[in-house]
Amino acid sequence: MSAVLELTDVTRVHGEGPAAVQALRAVSFRAHAGELVAVMGPSGSGKSTLLTLAGGLDRPTDGRVVVEGVELGALGNDERARMRRTSIGYVFQGFNLIPALTAAENVALSRELDGVAARTARAEARRVLEEVGIGDLADRFPDDMSGGQQQRVAIARAVVGERRLILADEPTGALDTETGEEILRLLRARCDAGAAGVLVTHEARHAAWADRVVFLRDGRVVDETGAESVDLLTEPAAR
Amino acid sequence: MSVKHALLALLEQEPMYGYQLRAEFEQRTGTTWPLNVGQVYTTLTRLERDGLALAESEDAEGHVIYRITDAGRVEVATWFTTPVARTQPPRDELAIKLALAVTVPGVDVGTVIQQQRSATMHALQDYTRLKRRATGSEPAELAWSLVLDSLVFAAEAEIRWLDHCESRLRRAAIERAAPTSAPTSTPTSAPAAANERSHR
Repeated sequence: MSAVLELTDVTRVHGEGPAAVQALRAVSFRAHAGELVAVMGPSGSGKSTLLTLAGGLDRPTDGRVVVEGVELGALGNDERARMRRTSIGYVFQGFNLIPALTAAENVALSRELDGVAARTARAEARRVLEEVGIGDLADRFPDDMSGGQQQRVAIARAVVGERRLILADEPTGALDTETGEEILRLLRARCDAGAAGVLVTHEARHAAWADRVVFLRDGRVVDETGAESVDLLTEPAAR
Repeated sequence: MSVKHALLALLEQEPMYGYQLRAEFEQRTGTTWPLNVGQVYTTLTRLERDGLALAESEDAEGHVIYRITDAGRVEVATWFTTPVARTQPPRDELAIKLALAVTVPGVDVGTVIQQQRSATMHALQDYTRLKRRATGSEPAELAWSLVLDSLVFAAEAEIRWLDHCESRLRRAAIERAAPTSAPTSTPTSAPAAANERSHR
């Protein structure tokens, strides 16, 4: 398996002198193709910092962040922005859709900014909306959609253009249990189809959808659970 | 767990013999709480003794078929309409272990908590994997999926409780270290928390 995302000894210090805060301390972390990794920890443990660094929205004080073989720290601002548009997809708790654009336009936007012809980008957007189960809502505006539907649009936006790294920050936080589970199912399906996913959450039930769970405390990785089954129980034999 | 009531409830569907009962039970609950067939027959004997079921006949292969009685039906109805008693919680090894870890000198409680959290998380991942496959809407499949949900919620509650223990222990340690100052936060944790929020 190849690592789509690789953080090596990453430290992030905010501020200077006595007021300096170590948000991450020498964290090494990987997410491979086909893998969903959950990051759990209390507020202030550094999980959101880890995600913003992985997504190239911030630079580490020390250490390396590599996405698909490209070290983000070595890129200029424009190149980094391009990388964010083409390789990395974000899903936020608050959906962050543009209210004045339809679902399809929201999904197509980053592709259009990247120089893809509008017609092609919109067609792509419709196809991905179809894949996440809301093809019929492509021309709706976010305000006319439920929270679960908006989050599906956000997932479509995160994966359009075959982006291989999906970063999700509490994506189910604003949704009810069942809708949240549908969103996790979608995220899981994208990873099963070959993307690498990082899911930041404080809910164990959601983290359990991941192949690996990494625990952060005070900016450090303190533990990690692997994917191998312990055969605690088996499914009913009679079906 | 009330094997007696579970078997009676199954017999209310239709008369069955011991192996059938076990298979029907496991189809609904997985092998989460395995029943051995000896246990099934002992229970059937007791049900017959109490007038709740009757050994009716033998089928062609010589299996003794059991049928529910009217008294048995009343018993099942009462079981379904009576809440499971929560007055005597089962002894909880983890709660006892933590209570002792906190008080016995020289135990690294943080490690006890983290090891348990990882183990419970691992179990939760297993349940979730099984749940992902159990998507059917047939009654038996739905029953199994709901049993899995129950395990998921219990594991989740345990992890939340462990998180809670950890934060209480941290706070207590800070208060013990600085009994006179404001007991709110360490110099690092508060700005770190604020900082994380600002990235949202």
